Amino acid sequence: MSESIVLDIRNLKSHFFTAKGEVPAVDGVSIQVPAGKIIGIVGESGCGKSMTAMSVMGLLRYPGKVVDGTITLDGRDITHLSPKELSTVRGNELSMIFQEPMTSLNPVITVGRQVREAILLHQKVSRDEAKKRVIEIFREVGIPEPEKRYNSYPHQLSGGLRQRVMIGMAMVCKPKVMIADEPTTALDVTIEAQILRLMKKLCREQGTSIILITHNMGVVAETCDYVYVMYAGKVMEQAETFALFENTSHPYTQGLLKSIPKLNEKAERLYTIEGVVPNLLHLPEGCNFCTRCTEADARCRKEKPALYQAGDGHGVRCFKYESEVQLDGK
Amino acid sequence: MENKKVLLEAKHLVKEFPIGGTKKNPLTVHAVSDVNLEIYEGETLALVGESGCGKSTLGRTLIRLLEPTSGEVFFEGEEITSMTAREFAQRRRQMQIIFQDPYASLNPRMSVKEIIAEPLTTYGMKDKGELENRIKDLMKKVGIPEEFYNRYPHQFSGGQRQRIGIARAIALNPRLIICDEPVSALDVSIQSQVLNLLKDLQQEYSLTYLFISHDLSVVKFIADRVCVMFLGSICEIGSTEALYEQPLHPYTRFLLNAIPKADPRLRTEEKELLSGEIPSPVNPPSGCRFHTRCPYAREICSREAPGCKQVGQRQVFCHFPLEK
Amino acid sequence: MTGMKTDLNMHSQVLEAELGGNGPEPEGFPGHEGELGEADTWMDKAKTLVRQNKLAAFSAVVIVLIILAAVFAPLAAPYDHLEQSLADRLQTPSMAHWLGTDELGRDVLSRIIYGARISLTIGLVPTLISMAIGTVLGMAAGFYGGKADFIIMRLADVMLAFPSLLLAMVVMYTMGGGLINIFIALSLINWASTARVVRAQTLSLKEKEYVEAARSIGVKKWTIMFRHILPNCLPSLIVLFTLNIPSAILSEASLSFLGVGAQPPSASWGLMVVRGKKYLFSEPWLCIAPSVAIMIVVLAFNFLGDGLRDVLDPYLKEQ
Repeated sequence: MSESIVLDIRNLKSHFFTAKGEVPAVDGVSIQVPAGKIIGIVGESGCGKSMTAMSVMGLLRYPGKVVDGTITLDGRDITHLSPKELSTVRGNELSMIFQEPMTSLNPVITVGRQVREAILLHQKVSRDEAKKRVIEIFREVGIPEPEKRYNSYPHQLSGGLRQRVMIGMAMVCKPKVMIADEPTTALDVTIEAQILRLMKKLCREQGTSIILITHNMGVVAETCDYVYVMYAGKVMEQAETFALFENTSHPYTQGLLKSIPKLNEKAERLYTIEGVVPNLLHLPEGCNFCTRCTEADARCRKEKPALYQAGDGHGVRCFKYESEVQLDGK
Repeated sequence: MENKKVLLEAKHLVKEFPIGGTKKNPLTVHAVSDVNLEIYEGETLALVGESGCGKSTLGRTLIRLLEPTSGEVFFEGEEITSMTAREFAQRRRQMQIIFQDPYASLNPRMSVKEIIAEPLTTYGMKDKGELENRIKDLMKKVGIPEEFYNRYPHQFSGGQRQRIGIARAIALNPRLIICDEPVSALDVSIQSQVLNLLKDLQQEYSLTYLFISHDLSVVKFIADRVCVMFLGSICEIGSTEALYEQPLHPYTRFLLNAIPKADPRLRTEEKELLSGEIPSPVNPPSGCRFHTRCPYAREICSREAPGCKQVGQRQVFCHFPLEK
Repeated sequence: MTGMKTDLNMHSQVLEAELGGNGPEPEGFPGHEGELGEADTWMDKAKTLVRQNKLAAFSAVVIVLIILAAVFAPLAAPYDHLEQSLADRLQTPSMAHWLGTDELGRDVLSRIIYGARISLTIGLVPTLISMAIGTVLGMAAGFYGGKADFIIMRLADVMLAFPSLLLAMVVMYTMGGGLINIFIALSLINWASTARVVRAQTLSLKEKEYVEAARSIGVKKWTIMFRHILPNCLPSLIVLFTLNIPSAILSEASLSFLGVGAQPPSASWGLMVVRGKKYLFSEPWLCIAPSVAIMIVVLAFNFLGDGLRDVLDPYLKEQ
């Protein structure tokens, strides 16, 4: 990738210190976010995708902790900022939206005021000015009758509209990067399609890079430019979206794609990845996926593979693609 | 389809929930409005729609987990909604349900053994040895190792819990199973395991499924026929192949368009999307329920609810069904 | 900003989703096949209690010691608690009488140890009875709803609105003093709060899918109540139990203090306080010793209840 990198995550390790032991929720993840692109992080529950986002946002709390790695936002190391410094970065240059907007909106304050507060917090403008900006933003994110909606309470809006408000709030300061954690999972398909289209539009028009975290391969294929597939705390495969779907290389990604029912073909049985995700406390000695991989051999069970380069900008954590170039810099 | 036997039939089924308001002006949620539906023996009929369309309510009303406001349900030709609780008790075992949330559907204080035993003991199986054999047999059928016999739900993963829920549902050898979003809470790789299991069990026990889902890709895989619902009423019913190939109701087409497809070459960049939100079921639009979002709506659509139009084997409820 | 207000909340949710975490329902980790068998037994819960809340664990030890002392009072007490010895009356604490003697020359320490018998019985028996009544009524109200709910809960409101001590005194005056009557009086007045908690729990539990599953199978209503709802109320009931005990002990002390509770010469702590009142300035230990005993027991049960609540019932704490 030759574009300028806005957010550079290198070898991030976030561990959880629980009573039962140390859990490597994020285990050496490197992600590069170029300007104005949509990056997808896809994986099943427990793969560490949300924890990666929380680490970047500095929202990790006890018992979780970033133990290693660097996070660089626009040339500035933000890995170990003080809470005060962080608050100037969060919302300003880096913002986040969540799966359920209801939990992030204050139920007793109108949505208009909440977004206005966000503006006043980061910009030096008068209240009236801020209100005008809010209505402008509401119009931008496709909220019908923005003047009327300004005075609505969160519970008076549908899930789709609430998510639009959240996106509007996240876009207030035109952040460099917006992290969207399963933004459409709680929404219906027709609404989901609208929201994804909106995010693409914002990315294109405002130049904001988006990290889209999802479990849905369809959402990834639909929206993202570049995709990271995570499994048990590690990136298993990374590639440009078209390359990933056309030239799927890692056995896990292959299995994942094969096990999704397709709209355009009638199958008698679905492909399944046998077994379950390993417990992060008792990870296998070798490749994290070896317990479920149909192609695993003795070496896979003994040694951990690196992220090998399998093509231009295409990395695969599998010995099948072993090469000189290792993308995670080992 | 013609020579297939109707297992369950709903006629003019209505379910409304009062949610307060004043005496003069009571507020009701119109969850299911005048639904007519037939489920054939041995088939999988999928009930598809977005949240609030009443698909779960319809499923529960069909097996009398909810009492209908009006209308009739026939199970093998017998009207079941007017039966007394005692009369219905024997029919009830023929109709079971699998739930969406594998975490909420198992009592956390009962072991797997007790959970699967409950339907059996309720219908009089007392002998300990017989019970144990049957439970272990059921566990094997759904792919839960026998040695987990005495474990509790929180010791299982979501997929395994869903399997336990399935074992409980098939324990009484029912004829009809309502699957209420059985895989939507599961991860992709687990989802396919459970879907395959449901298909296998259907063959082995010649089960009939009413498969409630919002996920059209899953429905495509499992269903023989599909019924699309919007805001409490049916849009269209038809065989899966035909319906996906050529939707007759505009809503079906938009629904199919909106699904994010796991293939970047099929990006819906230019495709038409539905605008607007889903109207509230408390105040559903007059006439055709879909007319406020429908780009093809004409004057009659807001005035009159469309009747059932038979197009070949398919039924569509639209004044102006789509053509090729 | 976006969601910063709730990020703690969010954070724990994500943590739960991703890790199972040590959240309200210990899930273990996703797909924790290798971990099957590591159930959360009562032993584990006890260990968590010791680790999380040292004060509660210490309180549990204190309570066990007091119970042992009460049960083995004849062995634990240095003297007979009823034995009078006018020659030794009103002695200051000494090696012979650690807490001194009262106006009739009875050893105060022995009387406190015997008094623990009364206090603990009063704490346990009426609490158990009232909670059983409250549980059944609360469950019926929540499960059946409608008229039953209305009648039971209005009755509970009346009970809660009426000053309980006054009510107990009315009962005691009409029926006369004595332990049995204290049991009856305290059982009658304390059920309402339990009924409320159980009703609220029943209301939420009966909407759970596993209850719906039981209904779809055709399980009878009573079976649903006792198999599916009651066991899931149990954690809150245990917590409530430990918190109700001290209030019953206090009620008994108050009633005895007011002269309608335990009657002399029984060694009730409340009675000892009232007898010692006369000597408050000259021989303060007569008043202080039983008061401190009441305080220790009440505090111990309260601390234990708080600790148990954190371990057994995290939801209750959030409310």
